[in-house]
Amino acid sequence: MMDDSVHSRTASSETQSLNLTLNGEPLTLQVAPNAVLLDVLREQLGLGGTKKGCDHGQCGACTVQIDGQAMNSCLRLAVMCEGQHVTTVEGLARDGELHPVQQSFLECDAFQCGYCTPGQMMSAAALLEDERIGTDDASVKEAMSGNICRCGAYKNILTAIQQARTQLAHDATAPRKEGVA
Amino acid sequence: MRTFAFSRADDVAQAAHQTAPEAAFVAGGTTLLDLVKLDVMRPSELIDINRLPLKNVEWLDDGRLKIGALVTNTDLAHHPDVQQHYPVLSQALLAGASTQLRNMATTAGNVMQRTRCPYYRDPAAACNRREPGSGCDARHGLNRLNAVLGGSDACVAVHPSDMCVAMAAIGATLTLQGPEGEREVAFQDFHRLPGDTPHIEHDLADGELITAITLDAPLVPAGSYYLKLRDRASYEFALASTAAQLSLDGEMIGEARVALGGVGTKPWRCPEAEAALVGQPAEMATFERAADIALRDAVPLEHNAFKIPLARQSIIRALREATRLARQSGEQEGQA
Repeated sequence: MMDDSVHSRTASSETQSLNLTLNGEPLTLQVAPNAVLLDVLREQLGLGGTKKGCDHGQCGACTVQIDGQAMNSCLRLAVMCEGQHVTTVEGLARDGELHPVQQSFLECDAFQCGYCTPGQMMSAAALLEDERIGTDDASVKEAMSGNICRCGAYKNILTAIQQARTQLAHDATAPRKEGVA
Repeated sequence: MRTFAFSRADDVAQAAHQTAPEAAFVAGGTTLLDLVKLDVMRPSELIDINRLPLKNVEWLDDGRLKIGALVTNTDLAHHPDVQQHYPVLSQALLAGASTQLRNMATTAGNVMQRTRCPYYRDPAAACNRREPGSGCDARHGLNRLNAVLGGSDACVAVHPSDMCVAMAAIGATLTLQGPEGEREVAFQDFHRLPGDTPHIEHDLADGELITAITLDAPLVPAGSYYLKLRDRASYEFALASTAAQLSLDGEMIGEARVALGGVGTKPWRCPEAEAALVGQPAEMATFERAADIALRDAVPLEHNAFKIPLARQSIIRALREATRLARQSGEQEGQA
């Protein structure tokens, strides 16, 4: 028998309603209990930026931000994201302007084949906002160790992250271009 | 991936009443979903416990630190009280997994993580832990990563956690909520040796849920250190690791705690090595003797004999560093 403490049990053959905020937009969709966030993003929502690599939390290609924290979307059930803010690489740019991490990855040639790049950038953007992670190169490398690059672009990825850090600090202190009353 | 039903728990006591056979609680999901995808774990139902109010870290009146089951590995590693009073735990947490996984993984989930033995993770292989009575392909297989302490004919799988090694050294108590109410279990009694029943991994009954882990009061003034040796410098499981914690009484060792990772079938506390440290001079000869005692029952398999000298060295180095830090903290106390 069910009671009030465990509500809305969804049988394995059913789908359930999921409400979340995806890249800043509220979204409601129907998902099966065993639907993995990565697969829902790519197959149900057509957002192919987030990549499937190992599918077991080992490579980091599937990294998204959930409530601002980098996580492996391959190890997350979609239904567990109820009420949460999910940001994918498609949501990194704002108002048609690339995120500083995207811009610096371009300028520093921080990728070769590009398959791991969305995950790299989502981890990078999260760590640049996380005051608990040191700003020196060794701390950045350690914090990025969950994102594997088989092309071996690590050196330029590190350069790009530190360049984006400089840009973000500059943006935070520079006068805004517009909209200031 | 196979299918399962899904529900969400809002109340601890009721959640513990809810579990049907083959149901599983899910928090971070980093072990569970990995193993469901591999068809190693086959839950009929997942109960999402992430809304339960188990995310606090608080001091108890008796000087112990109580950690809620759902505190993430990231938040625990960076918690100011943990960094200041239990640095060995913070170090162990940050030595484990990746940023993304630590952001997802919880304290209780880390305690419940499963072995990385490749034969356990492969449903086509014989594994008594996964399928009782099927045999153990690791014992005479590619066992470079397997255990040298606590193994049995039935199983030589290593417990993979770093966090648990630090907790074993610190000393801790688990609070469990079950259909019959709440009970407590000492940390060192929670994980089981494999013996003839490697599939019984821990002291958790059907329907029971870990709600908190309470650390013993910190040693003061003390030094502690977690040293993890592995095939690459980051994002890799331990080949051998040591959590060492000691207090000094002049040049002599006061209290000492030593636990090992990467070599045992459970988080491996070394009480006899600790006894060999207490009251002795804090110097190399003492550390070497303690390391030899810690490993005297170690039994190598075909491919992992290197783990014994590696673990020995990790104990010595961790004790040396813990001693240096204890002297440092003693000097600071003296100046205060």
